[in-house]
Amino acid sequence: MRCRQVVDKISEYIDGELDPELVREVERHMEHCEDCRIVVDTTRKTVEIFCHTDPAPLPDDVLERLNRMFALQFRTGER
Amino acid sequence: MLRSPSTPSHLDNEESIVAAAQAGDADAFIGLLNLYSRRVYRVALNMTGNHHDAEDVLQEASMNAYQAITGFQGKSRFYSWLVRIAINAALGKMRKRATWKESSLDEAKEGEDGSYLPLEIECWCDDPEKACLNVELHQILADVIQKLDPKSRAVFTLRDVEKFSTEETADVLGISTQLVKTRLFRARLNLRDQLTDYFRKDRRNAMQTSRR
Repeated sequence: MRCRQVVDKISEYIDGELDPELVREVERHMEHCEDCRIVVDTTRKTVEIFCHTDPAPLPDDVLERLNRMFALQFRTGER
Repeated sequence: MLRSPSTPSHLDNEESIVAAAQAGDADAFIGLLNLYSRRVYRVALNMTGNHHDAEDVLQEASMNAYQAITGFQGKSRFYSWLVRIAINAALGKMRKRATWKESSLDEAKEGEDGSYLPLEIECWCDDPEKACLNVELHQILADVIQKLDPKSRAVFTLRDVEKFSTEETADVLGISTQLVKTRLFRARLNLRDQLTDYFRKDRRNAMQTSRR
């Protein structure tokens, strides 16, 4: 397996969705290819960092305006 | 009304809340908004890149959902249905505001060649999430995701932020599972390239030094 093929499979590899035989090929390649190890590691970290970082919370005033919008909607009784 | 964390006791599961909302129960609909408005706002913020537009999208999607809820048939999770409405609202807003930049990678090209060659091959610092302040990290992630084309942004948001499956993402966006995989692959590698600028080992040293 060449670097290009490893990169092409990187997404399925880090999701654990790659065929076991291909996983073995990817890992065999990475044993001697530092560049691919780095790309796989940093791609995994990219996914993790978005997963772990709390998003900006919904601001209270946004919630209040949404609340008011529906209060008005329900008063007028229209759908 | 939306602040109330509780849902009426007779509406103890989502299916019954949806059914009640479909029958015109205002409290039930508010209960659904209580459950999902934070996540819809997060999706809208990822898609539009600013709080003002995210609020517009939240309001528009909530109102559209209210008006269309009788048409929800329960074939998907309610949140999937709601998120589809929110993403359509976000894409519509972006088109109107001319922030939609059609990528040169139209769907046909994506199908033909979904490859992506990494540009940056450098180790990251050991713990990138601790290498910068929380506020900085929020801003960095917001900035880099906005540099994706809107279609890839939608796929990445659903798969890696909202944790939708490939199949559910395809269903929400009305595209094939293969296209979801292709766009996710390109989005991840593009974001990785961008984040390498912030998190390479040398950079950490610079950030730590600047804080002393």
